[in-house]
Amino acid sequence: MSFHARMDYSPAKFHKSERRLADVGEPFRFSPEHQATFDRLVTHYPAERRKSAILYALYLVQEQQGYVSRAAMRFVAEQIGCTPAEVEDVVTYYVMFFQKPVGTYALAVCRTLSCALAGAERVTEALSDHLGVPVGGTDASGTFTLLEFECLGACDRAPVVMVNNDHWHEHLTPDGVPKFIEDLRVKGLAALTGCHHKVE
Amino acid sequence: MAYEPVLTKFVKEPNCYTLDFYKAKDLGYEALRKAVTTMQPNDVIEMVKASGLRGRGGAGFPTGLKWQFVLKDTPKPKYICCNADESEPGTFKDHLLMERNPHLLIEGCAIGCYAIGAKVAYIYIRGEFYHVQKVLEQQIEEAYRAGFLGKNIFGSGFDCDVFVHRGAGAYEAGEETALIESLEGKRAQPRIKPPFPAVSGLYNCPSAVNNVETLANVPLIISKGVEWFTSLGPEKNNGPKLYCVSGHVKNPGVFEATMDVSLKELILGDQYAGGMKDGRTLKAVIPGGSSTPVLLPDQIDIPASFDAVAKAGSMLGSAAIMAVDDTTCMVWLAKNLLAFYRHESCGKCTPCREGADWLLKLLTRIEAGEGQMKDIDLLLDVSKNIGGKTLCPFGDAEIAPVLSTIKHFRHEYEAHVREGCCTIPAPWRGTRAPALAGHH
Ligand SMILES: Cc1cc2nc3c(=O)[nH]c(=O)nc-3n(C[C@H](O)[C@H](O)[C@H](O)COP(=O)(O)O)c2cc1C
Ligand code: FES
Repeated sequence: MSFHARMDYSPAKFHKSERRLADVGEPFRFSPEHQATFDRLVTHYPAERRKSAILYALYLVQEQQGYVSRAAMRFVAEQIGCTPAEVEDVVTYYVMFFQKPVGTYALAVCRTLSCALAGAERVTEALSDHLGVPVGGTDASGTFTLLEFECLGACDRAPVVMVNNDHWHEHLTPDGVPKFIEDLRVKGLAALTGCHHKVE
Repeated sequence: MAYEPVLTKFVKEPNCYTLDFYKAKDLGYEALRKAVTTMQPNDVIEMVKASGLRGRGGAGFPTGLKWQFVLKDTPKPKYICCNADESEPGTFKDHLLMERNPHLLIEGCAIGCYAIGAKVAYIYIRGEFYHVQKVLEQQIEEAYRAGFLGKNIFGSGFDCDVFVHRGAGAYEAGEETALIESLEGKRAQPRIKPPFPAVSGLYNCPSAVNNVETLANVPLIISKGVEWFTSLGPEKNNGPKLYCVSGHVKNPGVFEATMDVSLKELILGDQYAGGMKDGRTLKAVIPGGSSTPVLLPDQIDIPASFDAVAKAGSMLGSAAIMAVDDTTCMVWLAKNLLAFYRHESCGKCTPCREGADWLLKLLTRIEAGEGQMKDIDLLLDVSKNIGGKTLCPFGDAEIAPVLSTIKHFRHEYEAHVREGCCTIPAPWRGTRAPALAGHH
């Protein structure tokens, strides 16, 4: 006896030629500068260990097209000398790689304990209300994507927000959200405080 | 006698991260010169062993021993992997150290390489610290230009390269064998031990994985001597130590002290975190990062040393002290941390992966007032089937917040069930029920 539902496997219904393959999207190549950067970074590892450079390759992809498409995974596989499945394995594991396009600014609010104690839950709610998107969503204008991240390693500046993986803003309060968003719109990344030790 | 910081002494000066500053005011690679021109590699290991330096990454394992275990008689290359993943919730000391005193770490990496016979050190830095990585890379370049890295350092014939490797957001990448996997370009999942990295680590070659703060202590030991090091702090817990204090305190931050400073002073002392905010009272303390059991206020009048905190039933871990005040619901606290562990479990071992999900579901149910009394014992039962049953200590880490909050605050769990709601809803908490599905 089988626990599985009865399926009709007749060739007429499930012919091989009718199988839908995943859409890989536009072909991808590194820009000349990114290719040069990648070729330099690969030399940091033993020649037969090119795979070590996979994270760097994916960061370069993301810098170039904002996210990591399937075509880009294939391209990275060629560069590294591994299978696309191995690249996908890595991309799907690490949270800093986006598999779908995100807004101009991806806001990653830290949700772990020290930030939560300082009101991070309310910051996320305020951002969500202000932008009209749930966590994980992108606003209608395609400018902001709201994300929640785990402890960012700056718990003394809680609550902390990381923007586009590279830029930081510290001590964001729920009340400060409208101004924060407005400043980002107007001044761009220059509106962020960064996250540096205060030099008195 | 006031203790004078050595790791973070200059961090508030504007140019403290530059090579010129490091040469003028700090060690200036003199410890590296001393090591490679006047000492044999084994002398360096013996000196670190004699100092009793213990790893600052979490486990407190003696660094000299770790280096001694690195296989010597092999034609294979050897590696130093510096653990700059800094992902244990509550920890931000390596962040400061790398951003404001990068040369101390670079010098430590080079001395470590010399000691174990490696020619390459990789600094595995978490992907989120890109602003720190830029400083680090720039200063590594300066060190190459000045001849402190590269070929034939100080004319001794010793070659050393230091490379920065950027991670991409995974807590588990901080575990030493998972870090090695990630360095090799794979998912950060732990390996079965043995073999330990000292025998077969990065690229199956003998390797030593050391925390940033650990390596930063090495040049100080070489330059100031074993006696200086052992004169600081209690026996077997010697040397300078960085503490990260965060949570409901007035003045959160990184504080450098010796390990005879008490947990209580660090949280309440004016020269440290300055006590609780808004005149509230201390309710509980996590002494060493989210993976260490919670302590009560009457348990913290103890030295913040590896041994004393262990004796009190917790761990010093990464010295990430999180203090919460009386507005904090301990069921909510456990739920917050389990959401972290559920999201970060690498998925390799079933008890950890599935267990974290069940613990979070149970905690969410209880916190929302929909739990039953028997759920509390179920939490204990599920925890029992996770602890000690996983390849790496992640399993033990994820049950620590559950077991210790139930141990000390069982009445709060029971109140949630009895009242059918959270009994301590604080104004700083969110108002909506969180979605259970993380983006994993
Ligand atoms: C889940 C997990 C996460 C860890 N994260 C870190 C980390 O972020 N940084 C770190 O230095 N050690 C971390 N460790 C400890 C390392 O496995 C290892 O013990 C340490 O890097 C050794 O260096 P040390 O001897 O200098 O302390 C972690 C361990 C586990 C089990
Ligand atoms: S808890 Fe948010 S940065 Fe650590």
